[in-house]
Amino acid sequence: MTSNWNEWYAERPRPERDHISQVFWDGLRDGELRYQACPECSTVQFYPRAICTGCGGDPEWRSSTGHGTVHTFTVVRQHGSAPFKSQTPYVVAMIDVEPGFRMMGNVVDVDVDDVVIDMPVQVEFVRVDDELTIPVWRPIDRAIRS
Amino acid sequence: MADRRAPVIVGIGLSDCGVAPHLDAAQHHALAASRAIADCGVSIREIDGFMSTNTGGGVDTGYDQAPMMAEYFGIQPRWTDGTMIGGSTFELYVQHAAAAIRTGRADTVLITYGSDLLSRAGRRLGTSSLRGATSVPGAAQYEAPYGSILIGAYAMAARRHMHEYGTTPEQLASIAVTARTYAGWNPSAQHSDPITVDDVLESRMVADPLHKLDCCIVSDGGGAIVMTTAERARDLARAPIHVLGASSSQTHWVISQMPDFTRTSATQCGTEAFTEARLGPADIDTAQIYDSFTITTLLLLEDLGFCEKGAGGPFAASGAIGPGGSLPVNTDGGGLSACHPGMRGIFLIAEAVRQLRGEAGPAQVPDCEVALACGSGAFLSCMAAVILGTEATV
Repeated sequence: MTSNWNEWYAERPRPERDHISQVFWDGLRDGELRYQACPECSTVQFYPRAICTGCGGDPEWRSSTGHGTVHTFTVVRQHGSAPFKSQTPYVVAMIDVEPGFRMMGNVVDVDVDDVVIDMPVQVEFVRVDDELTIPVWRPIDRAIRS
Repeated sequence: MADRRAPVIVGIGLSDCGVAPHLDAAQHHALAASRAIADCGVSIREIDGFMSTNTGGGVDTGYDQAPMMAEYFGIQPRWTDGTMIGGSTFELYVQHAAAAIRTGRADTVLITYGSDLLSRAGRRLGTSSLRGATSVPGAAQYEAPYGSILIGAYAMAARRHMHEYGTTPEQLASIAVTARTYAGWNPSAQHSDPITVDDVLESRMVADPLHKLDCCIVSDGGGAIVMTTAERARDLARAPIHVLGASSSQTHWVISQMPDFTRTSATQCGTEAFTEARLGPADIDTAQIYDSFTITTLLLLEDLGFCEKGAGGPFAASGAIGPGGSLPVNTDGGGLSACHPGMRGIFLIAEAVRQLRGEAGPAQVPDCEVALACGSGAFLSCMAAVILGTEATV
């Protein structure tokens, strides 16, 4: 991972943790991409919540492999406020992550014009500081995967 | 008249829209309300139901809650609702007000909206951080670090629609071109110079695949609606416009929770509104459909059943939604060209009423008896559809 990504995120808005999101953000710090699954009805959900959206039960935390594909994306080329203004163009994407949840993220280390829907990506963890680690998505060589 | 408590719209009013630095947000509410009251001839003293909310632009005007504006007007409502679901809020208000009037919870309801967003905050709305905060709580914390912007959210829907259905930038652009054609006939439109598809495609790319001219403008403006019973309307100046059907629906709130990036819940609220009205898409003479972005209108045209899913691009580009087409859309120039002060929902209702009254000037749809207004709130999150008809349709 190039070193400047942590500088990128250092200046950006930070998550304001609550009792549930703390587990997610702590997981990233520890090298895990955590999501929730329900032991009763098997519903997989993201973002994490204090209730299962499938059955109203109590979801459990699981750890994802971090394999994903780009479901859709945009290239932000204009931004009205700092620090983003000086970071354009960048890719904001929705990633379909194993085993079946979707989350937003930045696809990095790729020419923004080379990103396509269905592109395989792998999560990596950018340590910003002691408090914050951010998941980013790097394209995987299709040949290596297959 | 069989149904004395049938809910009707009797008054509409717009403030000075577009660029209006001489008005603050409360003045927009007040000027629009004053014009709507004068339009129908009710007394402000007989209003017993009140609905309003904030500008939708994330600014604090000091009059952002319904009770604040009710007090400003000196109204002591026995029924009120300040639900905020984004741009479709005012279609939901018509739905809720209709129910309140029908059940006797209120007799005469005033709905107001006012925003000085352009004069107050400038043009940064679509391309700024969603909260402008350094720390973001709730569901938005899972988006904030990634630099998602309002336009980018809609761009992701457009990108996915292109991938699944082959929709083209040219087809999206045609929606902006049509809006500008209508704006040319609207003396209060903020932008009225004609544009071409090439102009849209050559305008700055803001968030792929959406160009600057695929995006709504940022305006000042306000609107107001007076609703009452069909019985009360008999004594008023204007022919009543009947609420034939109204419904609202939600799939998500933040964009990353949108279940299907190519499909909105207008499928649900549209079907329910049509069912209540005992009408179908073929019965609609004109549709006022939210156009925060060109993709918004395209998705809603499909989801409301005006064309097959995936066929919105060819449908929009065919001329069907323009002057003389089978379904004239956004006949005042829409949010893409005429006026979009943070939330556009109330202007959709006002334009539908103007068409049904036969007062739309060069943009008038011939023999206009039934009109649909469909709002889209937040990030394609909350939809609300209203079907309105002239007295002849009841």
